[in-house]
Amino acid sequence: MEHIRFILIQNRAGKTRLAKWYMQFDDDEKQKLIEEVHAVVTVRDAKHTNFVEVISVADSLSVLQFRNFKIIYRRYAGLYFCICVDVNDNNLAYLEAIHNFVEVLNEYFHNVCELDLVFNFYKVYTVVDEMFLAGEIRETSQTKVLKQLLMLQSLE
Amino acid sequence: MVAPSLKLQDLIEEIRGAKTQAQEREVIQKECAHIRASFRDGDPVHRHRQLAKLLYVHMLGYPAHFGQMECLKLIASSRFTDKRVGYLGAMLLLDERHDAHLLITNSIKNDLSQGIQPVQGLALCTLSTMGSAEMCRDLAPEVEKLLLQPSPYVRKKAILTAVHMIRKVPELSSVFLPPCVHLLHERHHGILLGTITLIMELCERSPAALRHFRKVVPQLVHILRTLVTTGYSTEHSISGVSDPFLQVGGHSSKTMTNISPLSSTQVATNTDTSRNAGNAVLFETVLTIMDIHSAAGLRVLAVNILGRFLLNSDRNIRYVALTSLLRLVQSDHSAVQRHRPTVVDCLQETDASLSRRALELSLALVNSSNVRAMMQELQAFLESCPPDLRADCASGILLAAERFAPTKRWHIDTILHVLTTAGTHVRDDAVANLTQLIGGAQELHAYSVHRLYNALAEDISQQPLVQVAAWCIGEYGDLLLEGNCEEIEPLQVDEEEVLALLEKVLQSHMSLPATRGYALTALMKLSTRLQGDNNRIRQVVSIYRSCLDVELQQRAVEYDTLFRKYDHMRAAILEKMPLVERDGPQADEEAKESKEAAQLSEAAPAPTEPQASQLLDLLDLLDGASGDAQHPPPLDPSPGGALVYLLDLPCAPLPPAPIPDLKVFEREGVQLNLSFIRPPENPALLLITITATNSSEGDVTNFICQAAVPKSLQLQLQAPSGNTVPARGGLPITQLFRILNPNKAPLRLKLRLTYNHFHQSVQEIFEVNNLPVESWQ
Repeated sequence: MEHIRFILIQNRAGKTRLAKWYMQFDDDEKQKLIEEVHAVVTVRDAKHTNFVEVISVADSLSVLQFRNFKIIYRRYAGLYFCICVDVNDNNLAYLEAIHNFVEVLNEYFHNVCELDLVFNFYKVYTVVDEMFLAGEIRETSQTKVLKQLLMLQSLE
Repeated sequence: MVAPSLKLQDLIEEIRGAKTQAQEREVIQKECAHIRASFRDGDPVHRHRQLAKLLYVHMLGYPAHFGQMECLKLIASSRFTDKRVGYLGAMLLLDERHDAHLLITNSIKNDLSQGIQPVQGLALCTLSTMGSAEMCRDLAPEVEKLLLQPSPYVRKKAILTAVHMIRKVPELSSVFLPPCVHLLHERHHGILLGTITLIMELCERSPAALRHFRKVVPQLVHILRTLVTTGYSTEHSISGVSDPFLQVGGHSSKTMTNISPLSSTQVATNTDTSRNAGNAVLFETVLTIMDIHSAAGLRVLAVNILGRFLLNSDRNIRYVALTSLLRLVQSDHSAVQRHRPTVVDCLQETDASLSRRALELSLALVNSSNVRAMMQELQAFLESCPPDLRADCASGILLAAERFAPTKRWHIDTILHVLTTAGTHVRDDAVANLTQLIGGAQELHAYSVHRLYNALAEDISQQPLVQVAAWCIGEYGDLLLEGNCEEIEPLQVDEEEVLALLEKVLQSHMSLPATRGYALTALMKLSTRLQGDNNRIRQVVSIYRSCLDVELQQRAVEYDTLFRKYDHMRAAILEKMPLVERDGPQADEEAKESKEAAQLSEAAPAPTEPQASQLLDLLDLLDGASGDAQHPPPLDPSPGGALVYLLDLPCAPLPPAPIPDLKVFEREGVQLNLSFIRPPENPALLLITITATNSSEGDVTNFICQAAVPKSLQLQLQAPSGNTVPARGGLPITQLFRILNPNKAPLRLKLRLTYNHFHQSVQEIFEVNNLPVESWQ
């Protein structure tokens, strides 16, 4: 089983700025998951932890989709960066991964803001793919990732 | 002549400029029409731009599947810009359920073998995100070749793609096994990281791979040690590198047990905890120690690390510490005990998930030596805790009190306190338990009744408290009125006050019908215990003869008749009850049956119904039947009237026969049993408790049970009691399923079990046969 199920960047209103899925879901399941995450994460504030466990009911007999998972999220200004992982995973490590990712975005877009992510959404996917692959953390060195991104940009 | 197409930025601006949802939809529909036209015309120059716009629209939630074929064309193009958008489109729009995805296999193959590095990277990325089983099989050779390519960038991606492929097609493990050993010799961190992940996947899938890699373990440890001793460079965020090492160490545990203490302690001492990354590494160490069969010393180290975490100011770290300590508390109880004060402090957390974990952990830490202190803390917590935790806290306190109560009096005091603070949240059998307890403690009857009387006088809203108090006052009213009890200050209570209080309970709108029943019966019992004449009592009883509630009416009528016609028997019937044995629900149900049978019931409806022999002897005279409206043996030739009245009273329905348990699964000593309960008040509800037991020599860990039922039924899984079953008959795991079946459809149940046993991961999916018919009819 992949460790990361999906990565989501949402704003407070619930608009998706990035959705990277590492498991197969139907379109309507994806929508439902996005809404669930939004509902769960936006009601929390500074006095809560950054981890939320979600226990859902089992679905029908034909499609065994099991949804006991947890969400590790971090809020930066108006955006929520959420990673959905298995319940047994190391929370702190993924928290670090989120922060690492945001720092890379910050460097790449020079003080990134939400609009940067909107207008350059395909570039954001590239950043994600440099740092995460196949549901695992791929690269943790910010310098390496940035170097690679600049190289890719030069090919355009 | 087609108007020049919008640039991506312009489209985004236009969409954002739309003020309403309808306006946005309009803009998007217009643009999608343009895009469709452009695709039809086959314009190669602007295709990537069109697709990019389409992808943006897709991200907002609009349908975009007509772009799938365009992805293929773009991927096949030679320009990097095209390929990039094409692959992104493939990842977002194509998935393995549509056959179209197979069409890109060929393009990917070409790109993997001939493309420049970035292109190879793109291809690998796409393959790892949406590659289906067929694609993986086809492309395995290409990926394997790339594993040994000189460029580290491509190799890293290739390794992780291989991980994905093995997940999809486990047979490919044999393909990817040989390169792994080779890859371990690499210096490059990223490659090592990926390789470790690959090895982990391989080990999980096949025991042969596991054996193979056991030999490699010393080498891994060596790598880990060099990493630790040479210090970390901030360039490579620490956690990323050390975690997998420790995890792999976990998997090949037997050989690791000797080597890992050194590595773990080294990691533990050398890690810089001022940054979260350091803490993440420490936590991973702890997790590893918990997963493998570590020596006791290591486990203590883990507990101490967690204890330090508990003192950390960062809430997240406290959270992971509490969660992990909960897992460790069963096996390393004494080590965790040392951190008890800190845990108790965590009860005051504002975050509900933290305080809940602190509560669970605190309850698990209660033992006979610290019970008084802990109870005090927990009771203080009960008074101030948020409502959703109240029920758990109350039942936890009651359970702990039952197990560890130093004296009966303390026990009674504790229960009393819980009832007064959180009375509405206690479980239903708390009343029964308390009456049982009081009944058994003869020396404390006077004390109990005094305290309960005082509590009742202050507050008649908490139903369980009222019920117990009413019962006690009824039973031991004479002791109450005697007024002398050494343990508390003597309070002069007179009869009128007592009766007034019970009447107040009867009349209060806050009292449940069951409570009223208790109160009425108590009044009746007092008629023999009190000295004065019984006019007041008789009056109350006769008022309730016309009560709208049928249960109360029945009682009132019976009691009234007792006064009028059977006064000579009243004293005998209303004597103090003897104590009943508590041997579980079976006895309770039988007791209930005989109570229904005994039309002249005189005790409280609590399941601790006495099988008072005197009672039955007396009642044999009136009605010897057990629950059915049979005719009694002929007695005194009493005229119709009251006797017929009594005998004609309807029987309560018999409680349903219990459904037998079912053993559904057995493998190497691990067994799964289901037990069924159909609560009579809710015929559509079925409660299944699964119990997982382990009689083998190895522990069962990471046990997860999931279930599915047909669409017409509703299933709700509650959280399991844990996920570890220790070996040789250790504490089993229980989990409750609630199934709602209003249409009485045939029950089918499919279960999926995953757990680790004897260092293998086991997965079983099966349907439960032989489900008893009573579970759904």
